[in-house]
Amino acid sequence: MVTNITSFGRSGLSDWLMQRVSAVILAIYTVFIVAFLLFNPDLDYYAWSGLFNQTWMRIFSLLAFVALAAHAWIGLWTVTTDYLKSTRLRVGVQAVIILGIFVYLVWGIQILWGA
Amino acid sequence: MSNLQVSVYRYNPETDSAPYMQEFQVDTKGRDVMVLDVLHMMKEQDSGLAFRRSCREGVCGSDGMNMNGKNGLACITPLSDVVKNNKLVLRPLPGLPVIRDMVVDMGLFYKQYERIQPYLQNDTPPPAIERLQSPEERDKLDGLYECILCACCSTSCPSFWWNPEKFVGPAGLLQSYRFLADSRDTATSERLSNLEDPFSVFRCRGIMNCVAVCPKGLNPTRAIGKIREMLLADAT
Repeated sequence: MVTNITSFGRSGLSDWLMQRVSAVILAIYTVFIVAFLLFNPDLDYYAWSGLFNQTWMRIFSLLAFVALAAHAWIGLWTVTTDYLKSTRLRVGVQAVIILGIFVYLVWGIQILWGA
Repeated sequence: MSNLQVSVYRYNPETDSAPYMQEFQVDTKGRDVMVLDVLHMMKEQDSGLAFRRSCREGVCGSDGMNMNGKNGLACITPLSDVVKNNKLVLRPLPGLPVIRDMVVDMGLFYKQYERIQPYLQNDTPPPAIERLQSPEERDKLDGLYECILCACCSTSCPSFWWNPEKFVGPAGLLQSYRFLADSRDTATSERLSNLEDPFSVFRCRGIMNCVAVCPKGLNPTRAIGKIREMLLADAT
């Protein structure tokens, strides 16, 4: 048993499951957005903001943002533990990544509900 | 026919400041011999060349090495399988410390093997004669017990290169599943709880280098998938 405190779920099993669930959510969201853009070739501001004014779209988008945050954390944490062998550098980079993900998540929520 | 051009990794830490590649010309007399035979021909030219070998028939697992970029057992790899443009490059198994020339320190590999407790554990009273298995239960061990621990798979795995002290590696995980799948073993939940951290099993990214190089044709990636399934079933 290898202990770890900076991984997303503190458990390889939960991280692994979360990585797969978040990937499915992101795939569905991406397909939806691409399809929406394809079916609205002359998209204007009102149609775009009308889409994001609906509660279901805001929930769907927030779900995708949270999935992206978890997915990025797990993936980048893995990269840092593979390639950054200096503890000081690795912890520093992990802190920057987690902080960055937090800022983007809050910013995303503000954009979704701020308008 | 021209002689085979062989380039061999040489390093003697007592006399060399850095490893280097030594060129050999080997006359195979046009025969499609095994790479191990070529190593012996080179040893006749330079008796200082160090490599491991024992059974010379793919059973002992001593002569795992990197031949033209791919890991395998030198004794059962014919030249026609690896030689391109009459050239052969031989290097020790990647990722393990070199003791001398082609001989590597397998300590980390064995440490990971030891960690998965590669022996039957059963807390029920021993029966008078033996613990029986049905033919179906025995079938589950096929493709698992045949591993000879040559380390070709683990040393071709980038996850093992980067974290050899934390990631068990394909060889160890294949053996881990061999005991998880054994109907006579009762330590399943203890075994699983030792594997659920982010490194031991889950550092596997499923690139299947292990499957591509295994000289016995085994499939560690499938065993790792089965361990994941068991962990998931146990924890959800």
